[in-house]
Amino acid sequence: MRNLLRDERAWVVALLALAAFIPVLAPMLDSPATVGLATRIVIYAIAASSLNLILGHAGLVSFGHAAYFGLGGYAVGILYAHYGSGEPFLGFIPGSNSLLVTLPAAILVGGIGAAIIGALSLRTAGVQFIMITLAFAQMLYFLFVSLKAYGGDDGLAIRRVAPVLGMNLRDAATLFWLCLGLLAVWLFLMDRIARSRFGRVLAGVRQGERRMAALGVRTYFYKLVAFVIAGMGAAMAGALMVNYLRFVSPDMMAWTKSGELMIMVILGGLGTLLGPVIGAGVLVALEYTLSGITEHWQFIEGPILLLVVLFARGGLMGAVRQLAGRRAPAPEAVPAGELPPRDALPETATHG
Amino acid sequence: MILNRRGLLASGAALGLGASSLARPALAQGAPLKIGMITTLSGAGGYIGQDIRDAFMLAIEMEGGKLGGANVQVLVEDDGFRPGQGKQVAEKFIKNERIKLLTGIIFSNILGAVVGDVLDAGGIYVSPNASPSNLAGKECHKNFWSIAWQNDSLHESAGQLATNLGQKKMFILAPNYQAGRDALTGFKRLYKGQIAGEVYTRLDQTDYAAEMAQIRAAAPDGVYQFHPGGLGITFLRQYVQAGLLSNVPMTLAAPSMDATTLAAVGDAAVGINLTSHWNSDFDNAASKRFVAAFQQKYNRMPTYYAQQSFDAALAIGAALKGTGGKVDDAEAFYRAMKPAGFESTRGKFSFGSNNHPIQDWYALKVESVSGKPALVTKDKVLTNHGDVYAAQCTF
Amino acid sequence: MALLLEQLLNGVQLGVTLFLLAAGLTLVFGIMGVINLAHGSLYMVGAYAAAVAASATGSAIVALLAGLAAAAAVGMVVEYVVLRRLYARDHLDQVLATFGLILFFNEGIVLLLGRQPLFVNVPEALRGTVRVLPGVDYPVYRVAIIAVGLLVALGLYVLIQRTRVGMLVRAGATHREMVRALGVDVRLLYTMVFGLGALLAGLAGVMTGPILSVQVGMGEQILIQTFVVVVIGGIGSVRGALFGAVLVGLVDTVLRAYVPGLLRQVMAGSEADALGAGLASMGVYLLMALVLLVKPRGLFPAHA
Repeated sequence: MRNLLRDERAWVVALLALAAFIPVLAPMLDSPATVGLATRIVIYAIAASSLNLILGHAGLVSFGHAAYFGLGGYAVGILYAHYGSGEPFLGFIPGSNSLLVTLPAAILVGGIGAAIIGALSLRTAGVQFIMITLAFAQMLYFLFVSLKAYGGDDGLAIRRVAPVLGMNLRDAATLFWLCLGLLAVWLFLMDRIARSRFGRVLAGVRQGERRMAALGVRTYFYKLVAFVIAGMGAAMAGALMVNYLRFVSPDMMAWTKSGELMIMVILGGLGTLLGPVIGAGVLVALEYTLSGITEHWQFIEGPILLLVVLFARGGLMGAVRQLAGRRAPAPEAVPAGELPPRDALPETATHG
Repeated sequence: MILNRRGLLASGAALGLGASSLARPALAQGAPLKIGMITTLSGAGGYIGQDIRDAFMLAIEMEGGKLGGANVQVLVEDDGFRPGQGKQVAEKFIKNERIKLLTGIIFSNILGAVVGDVLDAGGIYVSPNASPSNLAGKECHKNFWSIAWQNDSLHESAGQLATNLGQKKMFILAPNYQAGRDALTGFKRLYKGQIAGEVYTRLDQTDYAAEMAQIRAAAPDGVYQFHPGGLGITFLRQYVQAGLLSNVPMTLAAPSMDATTLAAVGDAAVGINLTSHWNSDFDNAASKRFVAAFQQKYNRMPTYYAQQSFDAALAIGAALKGTGGKVDDAEAFYRAMKPAGFESTRGKFSFGSNNHPIQDWYALKVESVSGKPALVTKDKVLTNHGDVYAAQCTF
Repeated sequence: MALLLEQLLNGVQLGVTLFLLAAGLTLVFGIMGVINLAHGSLYMVGAYAAAVAASATGSAIVALLAGLAAAAAVGMVVEYVVLRRLYARDHLDQVLATFGLILFFNEGIVLLLGRQPLFVNVPEALRGTVRVLPGVDYPVYRVAIIAVGLLVALGLYVLIQRTRVGMLVRAGATHREMVRALGVDVRLLYTMVFGLGALLAGLAGVMTGPILSVQVGMGEQILIQTFVVVVIGGIGSVRGALFGAVLVGLVDTVLRAYVPGLLRQVMAGSEADALGAGLASMGVYLLMALVLLVKPRGLFPAHA
């Protein structure tokens, strides 16, 4: 029993199972809009969890993760725009309004984008890596702002989406369950990765890349693969977000969005399976609730974030562990623990 | 024990507002009609949202808590200048609060994310500001009303004014985003002279020295620029400081020179020409009443955003009077709204076939009135001006 | 030719403003190892304090002093109350905490002073234009900004290279533990360095007040560009911040001025303008990516 409680996976399964009842419970509580809120949380949870793969597991601080979120969104939006106009994209790719086409396309586009950006960015490390990922994301952001054909800053509306396997995506509950299902698949994948040899190499990279290199591991290749997988996850989340919003705009890839995704991961707990999900849920629900209470919600949210950092090491997952009075599990017990207290950035590590 | 704590935390976060909405009473007979206002109250655009909200509330207060004789309650929420958050608030308003009538959005990208949901749910949206071309043309809707203007009219009237002023060679600038590109297209539609230069600036730009140098080099007869809010303040100040205003006169559309911008630029703005559908010195009873009440209540001059929102409240009031305070029947609301039976602060106002305004446009000039810069209304530039997109609109 | 010279001057002026912000950020970054996203908030505090003081007293000198004092004071309080606890944490905790500070400061200003942008006049003595070169008239105020920025650069050079405090700062940037072991009151040193950085950010805020719009969120607008400057210059290097800032200022200005024109020669007018503006916006980030790919530690790394 104790072992079961210790296993994060059990909690994830329980949480997802509980969440599945939201569309049933919400109307009974006279709050149907909660389904939409929950959908947004689930989508952000996928995006945050994908960022967690590189941020938490491999220790790669990407400050441009919203770029892939937006690329996924625009893949859906642009294909829809060409479906609407009837002209093929680039002259040979026909448009589409079916999620069965656009979702894989979005994941593919996100993966390609992450492969190109990652291949270049991973030549740097530390703070420089943070800034170079930001730089590429900003370039994409400004590119889409100036793309007049696709609405530029005003964005693109996606009015009519085709049903997927008989499911009507305009139905809030259906879309929620679809997103929840994809979150479950994604978390399963993340868990498998964390427990695989690949995951252990990533953890090794985080704890001491030179040691890994000395062992003969081609760390660059591992990091790049993780970066691409993370980009694909974010793109999938972006595609779902566009289906939910029925709208895509460059706002999805602004640097503030990258910051929000980072905050979700840190808030929930780095390198944990459940953390990014909790972080996404708490941040979105907090903003939603506070902004419903006062227009000066940022005045309250700011200090709350600050207090979490100051008093809950390891984010909310860390706080739960502290409250439960349990010792932090040994590194072997959790395949990817929190970052060591002071991360080994090259510039601090090299001058010793 | 651990199980309980964790379970509580997780489900509490996921359900969000679920718990708090338990206590909400169902819509009962005689309960006030709820109006949902989604607007931007945080960040650089925050002062516009504040004006929109304050003026709307003022209209209700002036009628003793009612609009068109119906008791109303306005729910206001910040969209944080984020389309996603705007959509989330709309969903809450529509589904949880069962609100049918929404208003308040300032920026077209947020409107884009919200308006589809409102209309698809059978709701009514009355826009006090943003009115992009798609909603006036191909994607127009019987339940979408613009009380401000179609975006292009702002710039068409400025183009006409520049032509009237005899400016033969204009240098035109706007930020590189949809509304900015529309602005320059709109300006060129009615401007008859020659374009000496066309420059797109950046939305996050804080320094316009490079553009000033280009303007000086091109030596035009006049400059037209569209930079709303803080961008406009920055642009104007730097234009004045570069010593350009004394040599090259500037023509503007209303969003680049509202009361707030004027207060922020100060004396330097004297001599600038602009066009607007309304100004605080308008000589009609409704406008005078509005300006006096607004100044008394909030101790500042109303901007034209405030005026649009005030008119939106009056228009809604007129429609509610026609429907007996009900919004459930969209068809009845449409019939009651369409005649625009309210006393507009701009004097003359009617709706075109696409539910967008048909109105007059005026030339204004910044002049020094008893030592302080003020917007002074001059002559009429366009009469009964609608928009070019109405032809594409069929309900 | 005169136009090109004027544009270059504009680039230098923008660069100098960025330098004032970047100098503080790079010191804090290099010495304490803190990523402070709230640096832009200090710039905003300086601008607001100066604007309020100017409208209350009408004196440019009082406004300047108020802006500097407010920014430095707020900076030191923030260091004492919050950042001090974050030195031993990883960068991610710092990002989350200082992001919280941004929200707090932005909304705090709204609560205190409202949402309307504030008006600041150019001081009487600095109005008008001056002929800097034959055929090039340039606003006096902008010349003054360039002069002040270069003076600050000189002052920082003397402070860091020629004084005892500067020696500690240099040592702190490269050998943190060593300084601590020497018995220096590192806490006090950190608070002072942070205060200095805040003071410079405040100075940038005060000086740009009359040419920009003093409004909530003005800090974030310039924050990202400041980080770009710091990274291009090399973290912890004030010299790098100066070169990086001027380089960014020049590239940004020249691209904005000339790319749309060049594009218009090969494609249709409005498309060229829109695309050109987009390319010009990307330019600075492209520059940073290129610099980092060639020199991963920036142009002037503080410690090789």
